[in-house]
Amino acid sequence: MGNSTVLSSLDRSGPSGPKPRRLISTRNIVIYGFLIVAALYYLLPLYVMVVTSLKGMPEIRMGNIFSPPMEITFAPWVKAWDTACTGLYCEGLKVGFWNSIQILVPSTIISIIIASVNGYALSFWRFKGSEVFFTILLFGAFIPYQVMLYPIVIILRELGLFSSLAGVTLVHVIFGMPILTLLFRNYFAGIPMELFKAARVDGAGFWRIFLQIMLPMSLPIFVVAMIIQITGIWNDFLFGVIYAGTKNFPMTVQLNNIVNTTQGVKEYNVNMAATLLTGALPLVVYFVSGKLFVRGIAAGAVKG
Amino acid sequence: MASITNPDNRRPVAKPPNKLFRNLSAKVAALPMIATALVIFVGCSAWSIFYSFTSSKSLPREKFVGIDQYVRLFKTSRWQESMENILIYGVCSLVFSLIVGFLLAVFLDQKIRFENTFRTIFLYPFALSFIVTGLVWQWILNQNFGIQKVIQDLGFTSFELDLLSNKDMAIYAIVIAGLWQGTGLVMALMLAGLRSIDQEIWKASRVDGIPAWRTYLFIVIPMMRPVFVTTLVLIAAGIVKVYDLVVALTDGGPGIASEVPAKYVYDYMFANNNLGQGLAASTVMLTTVLIILIPWGLMEFGEKKAKKQVIDG
Repeated sequence: MGNSTVLSSLDRSGPSGPKPRRLISTRNIVIYGFLIVAALYYLLPLYVMVVTSLKGMPEIRMGNIFSPPMEITFAPWVKAWDTACTGLYCEGLKVGFWNSIQILVPSTIISIIIASVNGYALSFWRFKGSEVFFTILLFGAFIPYQVMLYPIVIILRELGLFSSLAGVTLVHVIFGMPILTLLFRNYFAGIPMELFKAARVDGAGFWRIFLQIMLPMSLPIFVVAMIIQITGIWNDFLFGVIYAGTKNFPMTVQLNNIVNTTQGVKEYNVNMAATLLTGALPLVVYFVSGKLFVRGIAAGAVKG
Repeated sequence: MASITNPDNRRPVAKPPNKLFRNLSAKVAALPMIATALVIFVGCSAWSIFYSFTSSKSLPREKFVGIDQYVRLFKTSRWQESMENILIYGVCSLVFSLIVGFLLAVFLDQKIRFENTFRTIFLYPFALSFIVTGLVWQWILNQNFGIQKVIQDLGFTSFELDLLSNKDMAIYAIVIAGLWQGTGLVMALMLAGLRSIDQEIWKASRVDGIPAWRTYLFIVIPMMRPVFVTTLVLIAAGIVKVYDLVVALTDGGPGIASEVPAKYVYDYMFANNNLGQGLAASTVMLTTVLIILIPWGLMEFGEKKAKKQVIDG
């Protein structure tokens, strides 16, 4: 009995739980008033996106952007996915979606492998100069990308990777390195040195310690790294537009081309459906991951 | 026996011929980092600075023109507009995101109900891309169907909120959208900062009868200085880079009213075939970042050194 009330108050944290203070006081009105107004401001765009994407064009022209749809239609969603025009061709967002997936999966996996091994080496296997390179890497994270854009075009062209999925993947791996390396280095630095020494005494080497001892201990930080990379790479626009090439444009670039195309009648409902489709993946990652997401963004920021 | 107790005698013979091969696995593992640090961050930046002194048009050429590109850059009205805009955008987003982010964190820190729900709501825009952010706000601020029309339909026929087609106001539309996307991050960092402060402070100030707002202003905020500095640096680095948001929301328009430096660089490098100009503009961006970054780096580094001395001494 007692158990179930505790559980239900945890689940809904509704007004059933015990509360020492009076609920309606000036203090509470100010606090909740401020928070609710702020929450409305933050929720408003999401709400507008959803209701607009479910209306027909005549209703959009007649009504206002805040009113809920009188007749719900999913046609804009189908059109955004399948047939919306980007100015050049009319194949919808699905092309961009698959391009983004093909960029996202290898970039995330490769960058996390490299950064985790690197962070491990920087924590336990320091060599002369390792800290110097790491410092350069961290400072590099603050250099505006614009400074490096063109030389990277040349490098990719020399490697034969310009205007290809592999090229843009490589760029994501490179620019993901500072934050991920920092993340893993800080995490491994928190693991007791004794553990490492014990493994050394038992005869384990660089890779064996990493694979059999460090990896199983550090799964949460791998999830954090995945969250950082998935949202970061999916939301990228600049690298996609420069290095991927017209055929391989990621979803964000295609979305922008669909919405900001100058030709034809503007279909705001299709535009909003397309926008929601593009934002869907990072939003799902965010809502599923919860506190780990906060940890991810705070990881690079607070420690430093 | 002697050879076991005194292995040092044998060392010179068994020692690998080259120091480079000691700890080899770690060095191999660090190769991508070393290559990125040297080739991309140092090499590419140096390349760009070098070629910003040439008259390169569509392809890089070693024809040096001194600081001509920079002179032309600062004479271009579009660049002047870009610098002015980034200043407005920078100051507004710094001030408002710090104030709003801090206030949200303080209100969330009052042991309230639904804290998780509120925090989730404030932070979710940060998961969205600048493109998505820009396009949503473009729709909300649409002059024919957006907020303006809704409020006019309510009876306030003279109400005007026409940010996107107004030359003087377009940059503020970008500020509003940017704040919507980024304040959640500041809130999250500030909340972490508030939680890291010793709760004894609050007991002490309550005993002394100091009102809460004074405790925040004169005790808590000074104690949170490192959090503020880090947040400031993060926001500032983000401000200099702002690009996608402008492309999605206004595309620099109307006219050149909401152009920003990052867009200038992109357009001159990849659309206008004027590489030298683009590189000079990017070098100016780099210099701006260094002006922000170096004092911060010195401060952090200096502080650590000072702390070390305290511990050592």
